Amino acid sequence: MSVIASSSVPDVQGHFGPYGGRFVPETLMHPLQELEAEYFRAQQDPEFQRELQYYLREFCGRPTPLYFAERLTRDLGGAKIYLKREDLLHTGAHKINNAMGQILLAKRMGKTRIIAETGAGQHGVATATVSAMFGLKCVIYMGQVDCERQALNVFRMKMLGAEVVPVTAGQKTLKEAVNEAMRDWVTNVRSTHYILGTAYGAHPYPVMVRNFQRVIGDEARRQILEQEERLPDLLIACVGGGSNAIGLFYPFLEDESVKMVGVEAGGLGIEPEKHAARFQGGSLGVLQGTRSYVLQDENGQIQLTHSVSAGLDYAAVGPEHAWLRDQSRVEYTYATDDKALQAFLKLARLEGIIPALESAHAIAEVIERAPQMSKDTLIIVNLSGRGDKDVAQAADKLGIQMPAM
Amino acid sequence: MNRIVERFARLEEQARKGFVVYIGAGDPNLEATRQLALEFDRVGVDVLELGVPFSDPLADGLVNQLAAQRGLESGTTPAKVLETVRAIRKDSQIPIVFYIYFNLLHRYGFQKFITDAAQAGVDGLLVLDLPPEESGNYESMMRAAGLCVIYLVAPTTPEDRIELIVKRGTGFIYYVSREGVTGMQSKVSDTIAQMTAKIRAHTQLPIAVGFGISNPEQARTVAASAQAIVVGSAIVNQIAQHGRSKELVPRVAAFVKSLVDAVKK
Repeated sequence: MSVIASSSVPDVQGHFGPYGGRFVPETLMHPLQELEAEYFRAQQDPEFQRELQYYLREFCGRPTPLYFAERLTRDLGGAKIYLKREDLLHTGAHKINNAMGQILLAKRMGKTRIIAETGAGQHGVATATVSAMFGLKCVIYMGQVDCERQALNVFRMKMLGAEVVPVTAGQKTLKEAVNEAMRDWVTNVRSTHYILGTAYGAHPYPVMVRNFQRVIGDEARRQILEQEERLPDLLIACVGGGSNAIGLFYPFLEDESVKMVGVEAGGLGIEPEKHAARFQGGSLGVLQGTRSYVLQDENGQIQLTHSVSAGLDYAAVGPEHAWLRDQSRVEYTYATDDKALQAFLKLARLEGIIPALESAHAIAEVIERAPQMSKDTLIIVNLSGRGDKDVAQAADKLGIQMPAM
Repeated sequence: MNRIVERFARLEEQARKGFVVYIGAGDPNLEATRQLALEFDRVGVDVLELGVPFSDPLADGLVNQLAAQRGLESGTTPAKVLETVRAIRKDSQIPIVFYIYFNLLHRYGFQKFITDAAQAGVDGLLVLDLPPEESGNYESMMRAAGLCVIYLVAPTTPEDRIELIVKRGTGFIYYVSREGVTGMQSKVSDTIAQMTAKIRAHTQLPIAVGFGISNPEQARTVAASAQAIVVGSAIVNQIAQHGRSKELVPRVAAFVKSLVDAVKK
């Protein structure tokens, strides 16, 4: 067990066993080395940590509650369910934890311009927010399809003063937004910091993003020990790139009794181009800077993906997740669009909480598992974001109409 | 002897500059690629760089992205590009480099791709997103197969990395003459001579300069501080304009000839 969280993983070049690393064009090699050096310096710097803690507490609203979902627990009739309420953070999702960390780093490095990719728009909103707060110019790349299905977040980013660039290449979703952000970065690397939003990409991003997100698991571990005086039996989180999941899981990795499940997007079912469950239909590949599980065809071309959730609709998964799966430390499964939509509604009706469609995938897995577990067991599920951005799309899919006027 | 090494040796003997052309393989189709290769050889191109189309070409600007898209639409796969090289080799010994994204090699099988490329008559690989730090036994496999390992140096590459890269590269060093993706520009960077001098301080390998050169005048200027220049997007743009017209091959060849002449005279 100790090998999993030991200091040798990742190695100095960011490899998690056969995964991870740094596969980028030469123009980005030195900037990534500089970023890595500055990040590890900042991580050791008490002043940086104090500043980050301050803004996480006073601006973002940490710690977030670990909330006992009493009615959902009763309804499912099994394990006791706790929700880690990242949806209550400023801007409405866990993404701000990482955006805040990285913008403080960008300031330290003297960067004057910030770029980011976004899928569901939560990372874009978080980045636009911290950019506004520190007065840095901000450009957000977002697939055209995602701009349409997450229009609320496009407006939020614009209100915050960010420029939103719709990306029209390929399938016009998250993967293309990352390509475009990387092209921008290659071109403007001296002035610009790229706030990558998930535990993906070239080293040091997967480690850095995980470390900025581990506050979720650190808090949850402390909170459950306070409230239940014991560790949970099961952790559940959705996995797109995998930042909310790794943030929750990481501080529990050495607790052998704690099982963990990551939930990918099953879309319309596990058939090529109908889902985004990389561990179901994917294979080892190299995309956007790192080696991991990738949905690709027999020639190595990246396949189309589908999910009702823009934040999970991505062809590759964070390298540390691939490693944890190989170690059998985390189990990965998937929830289909339909199951996620049912979970979305169930949480709203039973708990008065509208989850993000991404997080609804994790709730769908809770609905599967909790009834099979005894009443003295504990589940913590990461409610990674709130669903305001999704209500129009969900209403459409669920056939909910405006009352007649 | 490797055709790239041989060609640069001959250029040096003749005290002439080299001219490298980049095009997307399979744009608009692989038969056009074959014919273009033969014409490029005829008008004096020294090295043909063939872009193997990839779905997510993140180092490329719009012109080359669209070329990759057309390549994929015409059914181009890494295996078919190798077949095309075999066909070119029936009529031409023009040195050929593949410009390729790592995932395509990875999926094909690293060793198998290198073996098949050498057998087909490819002379070198430029793997865009495979820096020396991640290369593992790639370089030794390439050496064993007699292929050149082409590495990039960028304007952001500091001196200690230049030293590392030139030790690991073979054939020639490709200096990316601007910060950014591939594409044309109205003015070429003025730091080129400075950077090529820095590279020269660490290696005797020929230096080819590319990214952003689009007309004869720029070609001449850049050639003054390097052994060879690379022109890509400007030619790919011509291919896009002429598309499937019968005039495609002669028109593009004529354009390339004007650039070659500017550099060689």
